[in-house]
Amino acid sequence: MKWKTNNLLFIHVTRVVSFLILAFSIYLFFAGHNDPGGGFIGGLMTASSILLLYLTFDKRKIDEMLPIDYVSLISAGLLIAFGTGFIGLFIGDPYLTQYFDYFTLPWIGEFELATAVLFDVGIYLGVAASALVIILTIAGDQ
Amino acid sequence: MSLMHWAILLPFIFAIFVPILYKYIRPVHTGWFVLIIPTVLFLYFLPYISSIANGETFYEAVPWVPSLGIDFAAFLDGWSLLFVLLITGIGALVVLYSIYYLDKKHEAIHNFYVYLLLFMGAMLGVVLSDNLIVLYVFWELTSLSSTLLISYWFQRDASIAGAQKSLNITVFGGFAMLAGFALLYVITGTFSIQEMIGQADVVINHELFLPTMILILLGAFTKSAQFPFHIWLPDAMEAPTPVSAYLHSATMVKAGIYLVARFTPVFGGAPEWFWVISGFGLFTLLWGSLSAIRQKDLKGLLAYSTISQLGMVMCLLGLGSAALYFDEANELYTVAILAAVFHLFNHATFKGSLFMCAGIVDHETGTRDIRSLGGLMLVMPATATISLIGAASMAGLPPFNGFLSKEHFFMAITDATQYGIFNMETAGMLFPVIGWVASVFTFVYCCIFFFKTFAGPFNADRFAKTVHEAPVGMLISPAILGLIVITVGLFPNLLSQSIIEPSMASILNGLPMDNEAFAVDIEHWHGFSAELFMTIGVIAFGSLIYVSMGKWKELSIYKKSEDVFSPLYDSSISGLIKGSQKITNVQMTGRLRDYFAYISVFFLIVVGWTMIRYDAFAIDLQYISEVNSFEVALVVLLLVSVLSLPFIQQRVAAIVMLGFIGFLIALFFVNLRSADLALTQLLIETVLVILFMLAFYHLPELRKETKRLTFNWTNALISFGVGLMVTLVAFSAFTFGQENDFSPISEYYIENSADLAGGYNMVNVVLVDFRGLDTVLEVLVLGIAALAVIAVIRLKLKEGDDV
Repeated sequence: MKWKTNNLLFIHVTRVVSFLILAFSIYLFFAGHNDPGGGFIGGLMTASSILLLYLTFDKRKIDEMLPIDYVSLISAGLLIAFGTGFIGLFIGDPYLTQYFDYFTLPWIGEFELATAVLFDVGIYLGVAASALVIILTIAGDQ
Repeated sequence: MSLMHWAILLPFIFAIFVPILYKYIRPVHTGWFVLIIPTVLFLYFLPYISSIANGETFYEAVPWVPSLGIDFAAFLDGWSLLFVLLITGIGALVVLYSIYYLDKKHEAIHNFYVYLLLFMGAMLGVVLSDNLIVLYVFWELTSLSSTLLISYWFQRDASIAGAQKSLNITVFGGFAMLAGFALLYVITGTFSIQEMIGQADVVINHELFLPTMILILLGAFTKSAQFPFHIWLPDAMEAPTPVSAYLHSATMVKAGIYLVARFTPVFGGAPEWFWVISGFGLFTLLWGSLSAIRQKDLKGLLAYSTISQLGMVMCLLGLGSAALYFDEANELYTVAILAAVFHLFNHATFKGSLFMCAGIVDHETGTRDIRSLGGLMLVMPATATISLIGAASMAGLPPFNGFLSKEHFFMAITDATQYGIFNMETAGMLFPVIGWVASVFTFVYCCIFFFKTFAGPFNADRFAKTVHEAPVGMLISPAILGLIVITVGLFPNLLSQSIIEPSMASILNGLPMDNEAFAVDIEHWHGFSAELFMTIGVIAFGSLIYVSMGKWKELSIYKKSEDVFSPLYDSSISGLIKGSQKITNVQMTGRLRDYFAYISVFFLIVVGWTMIRYDAFAIDLQYISEVNSFEVALVVLLLVSVLSLPFIQQRVAAIVMLGFIGFLIALFFVNLRSADLALTQLLIETVLVILFMLAFYHLPELRKETKRLTFNWTNALISFGVGLMVTLVAFSAFTFGQENDFSPISEYYIENSADLAGGYNMVNVVLVDFRGLDTVLEVLVLGIAALAVIAVIRLKLKEGDDV
């Protein structure tokens, strides 16, 4: 990952664009319930925004900037996803039953809360972290 | 969940706390806490004796997988109760003994007690389960915990070898048994043993009877170390002695006997059942006693003696099954079952105490080799006394309990010649002859065990340690067992109505009894009967052989103590490993191209054959919708880019082209108005291109090939075939759906995704709600793949390493 040339344009565009992508990926994640998007797509897009950073800058620099252990993030994601399944069990429904309800809040209006979002958080984390682990490990191989 | 279920689960639950107790309460030996469990369980089950003796049985079921007929069903009758009391009673004594045997400072006792509790719970599960699948799970758990206990001193190679051997053999039998259970389910339609007993006629007359019986007996014979599967038991003696006393003589090895007796009401009465069990049992009895004499290791001798005694009980169960053939409780047949139950109990007591004594000798002198032992009688008087009681009982001398069950054994095998069925009047003559010969050798190895260890002159120089009597705590357990040996020997009828009769009632379940109990009356004096003369003969000939030991111990057959079957096992195992390595090496070339070829060819064969076999190719173009110009353009572009790929010289360009193809496919999804798929495809392609770019650094330069490219017809054929096949299958599936008017499953999701899951994006609702388990498991696969990548890259194999 050492780029010999110091591509000024690339670096400056990345600085802006990667955060835009990151923000968009979070939007996609939440949009997933009713519009295109969701945990899988959002996770992949988050991974690509971080990968863009790695492509542009020095690996050591990004490791310092984002000191995240992606391996444990995979397990965290899986734990959340598997864990939400137990909500159904405690209530007496089959494993992985999801629940939702509509609430009306002042100013915001009608609002939906769903356990599927929690489940999707797990998927999001698992997918993003797995993609990052795979690619960074292969790339970091000497 | 009834109290009985909790009793089975209690050892497992307590096992969780053992490491914590070990870590935080170091001054107290962890064994003292563990001791509570078998004691409590023993006291809990003890009061059941009176109600079981009155003919009651207890059944409690908790649904586990109701749709498959699998319940966690606990069933307690006389036969289970006998085992439960052995498991918990001897378990308590063994734990007490182990507190003094295993040093809390130098040994990893927390491992030991976790495994031991694991075994205790599993064994309770085996003998209390009525459901065969649950029984199987516990059965394999006993194999597993036994293996862990054998390899307790895992630094020693012999321990590991013995543990692997026992696991290989018992799990092989366990798998066979599972297949047998499956066949039984096919025949009877239930997994419950008690329900199967009601259908015994159906089972015996079914065409699958013989395979079922053989498979189940494989499980029982491997577990109970019957010939020729006995070879794992002597090697299992690498385990600490408390384990040998507990698992490998008193309880686990009797699981096979438990199972055979449990299934006697189902299979009993069939000549195959009768002959296989009594025949193998009888031969094991002889083989074990002959091999025991040749052993120089005290525990090895006891191991072969256990094999021999297990064979004897097995043989008796086979003979007793004749009662179910005649369908009457005539004492001529039932005496065999009586002897089996009685001897099973006696064997647990005297063999347990003998193992503990052997352990004491080993612990205090540092050796178990009978060639260096001797003269310990005066140094260790208490141990010598207990050993004498145990050995005399095992040899069948009055007034100990072994004498009584041995007498019944003789009675059963002489009676067997008068059955008048299954050719017993001719071939059956072998039973008393072989049984008697084996008993003579049993007498001889009992003499060897006692006299070679304790008699003779004592020479302190021969031992590395200063030899002295064991601490009192270590002597308590064998002394209690010795006391039971004497008490039962003197007052055998203490057991007859409380333990033996209910056990016989469960083994011979279904015999017309007119509500009467089996007549169980055990006495020392039968008058001058055949049995008495057989016993006298055993003592006379046995003593003669032992006294002349000086002459025959120079024979080469005596010097070689290894079983002839052990080398056979070893060579077949190494052959298996070498053979599978060869097969693997042939196909695993390390080239990705070959693996793709395997997958593709396999796909072509399987799918092609299925399609042709069911004549499923059906292509009708009339249902196909209009193809618009945009799609035509996409296809042309796609074809051009794919065909140009092999001609690209530079790697970067090839990677970019690959990404371009992926984006083109995303455009297809866009054209079909599936936004989610298009998004996913775009992202995956992006990430893949980045991956290639990052890995680029490691890839070798594309070499300039100077020779002319040869066209590889095989690969071209395979890739063309796969493409054609997929296209044809897609067309056929579509046509089939149209012609048969199938409504696509998507209709269901379109209608319900908003109502049932509260989301308007159907794809995402399917992912997170309707098929949530699929999604989470896919992410799990992804996670595992990520970990595998780490493993492959960080822990690289060196040049020449093989998997």
